[in-house]
Formats: sequence, structure tokens, C-alpha cells
Amino acid sequence: MDIVTIALMGNPNVGKSTLFNGLTGMRQHTGNWPGKTVAQAEGYFEHNGRAYRVIDLPGCYSLMAHSAEEEVARDYILSGEANLTIVVCDATCLERNLNLVLQTMEITDRVLVCVNLMDEARRNGISIDLPRLAHRLGVPVIGLTARSKEGPKQLLPAMEKALAAENTPLRPTYPKDIEDAVRELIPLIPAKDKVRRKYSALRLLDGTIPPEDADLLLRKRLEAQHRALEQKGFHIQRISDDITAVISSIAHDICSDTVKRECGSFARDRRIDKLLTGPLLGFPAMLCMLAVILWLTITGANCPSQLLSRVLFGFQDKLLTICRGTALPPWLYEMPLLGIYRVVAWVVAVMLPPMAIFFPMFTLLEDLGYLPRVAFNLDRCFKGCKACGKQALTMCMGFGCNAVGVTGCRIIDSPRERLIAIITNSFVPCNGRFPTLIAIISMFFVSASGTFAASVTSALLLTGVILLGILMTLLVSRLLSATMLRGIPTSFTLELPPYRPPQVGKVIVRSVLDRTVFVLGRAVSAAAPAGLIIWLMANITIKGASLLSLCAGFLDPFAHMLGLDGVILMAFVLGFPANEIVIPVMLMAYMTEGTLVDYSSLSELRALLLQNGWSWTTAVSMLLFSLMHWPCATTCLTIKKETGSLKWTLVSLITPTLMGMTLCLLFNMAARLIIPG
Amino acid sequence: MGRRLCDISPGDIAVVSGMYSQGSIRRRLRDIGFVEGAEVECLMKSPLGDPAAYLIKGAVIALRREDAASVMVEGK
Repeated sequence: MDIVTIALMGNPNVGKSTLFNGLTGMRQHTGNWPGKTVAQAEGYFEHNGRAYRVIDLPGCYSLMAHSAEEEVARDYILSGEANLTIVVCDATCLERNLNLVLQTMEITDRVLVCVNLMDEARRNGISIDLPRLAHRLGVPVIGLTARSKEGPKQLLPAMEKALAAENTPLRPTYPKDIEDAVRELIPLIPAKDKVRRKYSALRLLDGTIPPEDADLLLRKRLEAQHRALEQKGFHIQRISDDITAVISSIAHDICSDTVKRECGSFARDRRIDKLLTGPLLGFPAMLCMLAVILWLTITGANCPSQLLSRVLFGFQDKLLTICRGTALPPWLYEMPLLGIYRVVAWVVAVMLPPMAIFFPMFTLLEDLGYLPRVAFNLDRCFKGCKACGKQALTMCMGFGCNAVGVTGCRIIDSPRERLIAIITNSFVPCNGRFPTLIAIISMFFVSASGTFAASVTSALLLTGVILLGILMTLLVSRLLSATMLRGIPTSFTLELPPYRPPQVGKVIVRSVLDRTVFVLGRAVSAAAPAGLIIWLMANITIKGASLLSLCAGFLDPFAHMLGLDGVILMAFVLGFPANEIVIPVMLMAYMTEGTLVDYSSLSELRALLLQNGWSWTTAVSMLLFSLMHWPCATTCLTIKKETGSLKWTLVSLITPTLMGMTLCLLFNMAARLIIPG
Repeated sequence: MGRRLCDISPGDIAVVSGMYSQGSIRRRLRDIGFVEGAEVECLMKSPLGDPAAYLIKGAVIALRREDAASVMVEGK
């Protein structure tokens, strides 16, 4: 049975990934901002006994490639691999989307136009005459709402019909001089069919395809045509402008024929924007939103954390009692129980609840369409540091996971600005580091935990830590622009999508099931071996001293300069595979050395830390160092993959580490000056 | 009267009359709808004054001052 290949194409943020997920049952992450899908994804499904392969192409505004995504999309359509190309359009700004439809129809006949977001358009007083649109374009058109339950299903019959249809797509006619030149070039072009030959000829003429890609004979003729056109006043810029002007005017003409717009559409969005990006409320609103999310995370995580630790550690104690009653040698049950199980239990109890609360809330903001507004508000700061405003978007992704943030840097077109964003991404604390920060703050800087005032203080302090991270991002971006990555900020355009009511239920289920479980799985698989190592180190002795105390002792002098101790630094080293395990490994190391305490809440943990010589300066140093140290292994691998360079991976590793160490050092010197002894 | 796009204030509506930028930003601006004759409205400025957001062909696009300066508009 042959597999039918379907390509999904469209402007950024029109819902290609939503359709893709609906068709294939896969779970590509979707969000309300342009550039979410940075790599092309592939999925399969079956319908009426036929197998389909779906390619989700990265979003692009045109096929006149000037960014990596556009090149990927154009080359894929040109390859002719797809049996059908579905161009997904945004019903709320159809005219601009039609540019891409017209350009795609210049390459292939097999096009289905899918006008998405019909509900949003209707809500905002926009109506589209779909049959008339299909008639004008000469290809089938379907209107739907991809986010609704039935949306993707409506596409299936239209798709089957489109696969069988003989289309006569509308193809633009260009000014006579350009058409003449194209005719001269066509016979020399090695494309498969007439349509694609004309397409390549046009792209050679307007300079989208560099002449170096053509063979000698073709290049000679191209030069001759360029000279002839220039004599008639068509220099290369004008050729390209005239070609886009023809396409735009067709799109404009079709839209004035098929789209009706009531005035005052999106009035609500404009009002919200006036507030959220206004000079008065723009920044306070951003800070408030951050603080509220953090407060909800802290208060929400408190109770389940205690419950989980009671259950998990209660179970551990029971098992331990049972095992002690048997004749088994102690190491046989202590190694798995006090080594592996205990660290894993810590990870689940301390890390899971904050993650499971923070991530869905953040996804809701993303779904709503607020994140591009953050980039809009902050762009001036990034421009001042000679970086790109879209870096704010990649930082937002970094809150979830730095590896995802690094991949997201592909939305930045300029290689220089992209590298800056990659190197500085780990200054944003990821989901795996949040619980660490929260735990330290609630243990050391909030007087009586559990009260409302305490949780608010914690949230404000945590907001402060994040602001420090953002400040460091800007500072380091500026430093990099002045040293290793010199250059001037390049042009960029940032689309602010309409606000969309978030799909609360779906977001919560998705982010808890997919995201949290995935991250937790990774953390647990890193925690288990780390627990084993710690246990072994604590129980293997050389000349009366355990390996653990030897190692910690070795790191101690250096760690003390940073205001930490050997155990903490070792926990950070062992936490390289996953940041989530730093605190668990640290606690575990303290507990194997010291006395076992009853661990049912943070205040008992605090007692354990105090027993091990912690003071408030240790806590501050710990906060600084967990905000700024080496990125986790996954992030490092991602950086290597994205930059393809060991040098930049090392720079990304060393820069935050150096910054963290310097700040810790300075802080402790200052603290010693103020409080002698 | 030709003006630069960066000089129109929030609430103003104008019509694109030309463009000075070169290379890929020129292409990108044209792709998102800044072509001669297109109607553009300045919606708002960012809290720090730059960039500004414009309504063009039904979509809201933010441009930095430098980029908006390359687009020429005429009063409507």
C-alpha cells in the first residue's frame, strides 16, 4: 500500500501544529506565538484504509527564502515529494496568508487551502465567502477551527477530495519584460516539469536563487537577460519588487472580493494591549504576573510536598524495619533503600509539586498570547545590549527547560544574536531549578512558613532572583556584543497574535501528562544512579574516612571561598545530568554523615542544614550558584547540536559558571566585611 | 506629503508609498504586507518608546524604529 504524503504549510502561528496533532494524534507542543515549530515534524495516520504521512513544515511568510525556515519549506515543496500541500491560512488576516498560497500554487497544482481560525474570525466580525475563494484560486478550500474537536476531522474528506481533484490554480502573470526573460531562461532549466521550470527561472531572475547554483550556460544567459532588463529600467531590486507587487495585488483583489470585515474588529484586543503594553502598566503588569504565578506555585506546592514526603518516607521506614528483621546483610537492603530509593523519593516529594503547578500556568500564559507582548515590552532593553527582542521569547521558553529555550533560539535570524541568546539562556532558572530556589528561600528567608505573609514574601524574593537572572542575561549579552560577538543589532519583525482564550483543561492535562512526567522521568533516572554513588561514597572508607567526606573535604576550601561547602559543590557536580537532583543529593549526603532527622517539613530540613554549618550567607550563595552555574547535560548537548561547535558549547558552559562564582565570591567578601567573624 | 512610518503616532492611519531598506528585511517587510498602497495603522508604542506595533493587512507587527524609518508613508 502506498503512503500518501501531505505537507502542512502556512504563516507562523496559524495552527499548523494543532492540525498536525489532530491528524496524527501526536503531541507537538503548540503555543500562541509565531515560530513555535522550529524543526519540521513528521507523523503518520490512517484513514479509510489508506496510510498518510504528514510533514509539519516550519511557519513562513513567503517562499522567497530569506530565513532558514523558509528555505526548508520551499525546498520541500520544490522536491515534489508531497502528494498534497495543505496551506493553512489565518482567517483573521487572510490577505497576507494568500501571498503564500499564491506562491505555493506557482510550484505545485496539488494544493488544498485550509482557512483556519474561522471561529476567531466570526467572533471579530469577519466573514469569508469560501466557495467564491475556491473559485477564484482554482484549488479546493475548506474552512475550519483546528482547535475544536471536529476541526481536524473536517479536514479528512476535503483532503481525500483534493487528492483526486484536477486543479487549475490561479497563476500570476508578471510584467511583459519579466515574462519574456523567463521564457528565454526556461529551456535551460533542469527542473522536472514546466511549472517548476518557470518557478526556478523567476527565482533566478529576482535573485532568490543565487546564480552560482546554475550551470555555466544558464548563468551566461541569465547575465544577458539581467543586462537586457536593466536597460529597460528593471534592476534586480525592481524585478523582485514587481514580482511581489503582482502577487500582493492579486491577494488584495481576491480578498476585497471574498472577505467582509465589520469595523471595530479586535477592539477588545486593542484595549487589553493598551493596558498590558502601555507606558504606565506594561512593566508592573509583567512583574505582577510573574509574582502571582510564583506565589501560586509556592503556596500550591506546600501541601502536596509534605503529603508526598510523609507517604514516601513512611514507606521507606516500613521497608527498612521489615528488612532489619531478616537475616539479610545490611548493605544489601540499605544500598537500594537509603541510596537509590531515598534520593528518588526526595526528587518526587520536593520537585514534583512545584513543577506540576508552575508549568501548566506558564503554558496558559503562552496559550493566551501574552509572551510576544513580553518581547515587545522588553525589546528596547535587548536593543540596548545589541541583541534581538525575540531573545525574550527564548528566555520564556527557558523557564520551562533551558534545552527547549536553546532550540527555540532558531527563531532569531541573525547568527550573532542567536549565539548570544543561546549562551545566556541558562541565566533563566528552568523548571528543574525553581523548586531548589523555592526550598532555600522558604527555609531561610521567611520567618514563619505556612502563613499568607510568608508565602507572599517568598514569591517576592523569588521574583527578585529571577530579575537578577534577567539582569545578568542583559549584562552578559552586552558584554558578549562588545567582545566575542561584536556587531550591530539587525532588523527584525515581531508579530503580536490575537489573544486567544486558553484551553484550560487541555493545557493542564497536556502539560502535566507530557511535560511534567517527561521531566520527572529524566530527573528520576538521573537521581537513581546519583543516589547509588552517594551511598557508596558514604559507605566505602579509606583509612577510617568515608569517600564522601574525603571528596567533600577536597572541594571544601574552594567551596568555602564561594560561601558554599564541599557537599553542596559536589551535589552541583553530581547534578550535571539534571538540576532537579541537586538538593536531594545534598540532603542525602548530609544525612549519611550526620544524624537522621524526622523529615516531614521544610523546618526540619532547615534544622539539618543548620546542623551542617549553614547560615544565611550559605543560603544566598546557594541561590546565586543555582541561578548561575553550568547548564545541565541535556542543555549542553542541545547547545552542541544547535551551534555545531565545541567552542560555543564551552563558552556557554563557562560563562554562567564564571558569573556565578564571581558573584558568590564578591557577595561573601562583602558579607565578611559587614559581619566580621 | 511623504513621511516615515516611524514618525506616525499611535492612532494614525497612513498608506505605504515606498521603501528604502535593502536585502532580506526589505523582502520580509514586503512579505508581511508593506507594499505600495497598503494601509497601515500605528497601534501603540512599547513602554520604553521603541518598538512600535502596526496593524498591517489584519495582523499586528512590531517594528524597531530603524526598520520603520525605512518605510515611507503618505497621510490618508
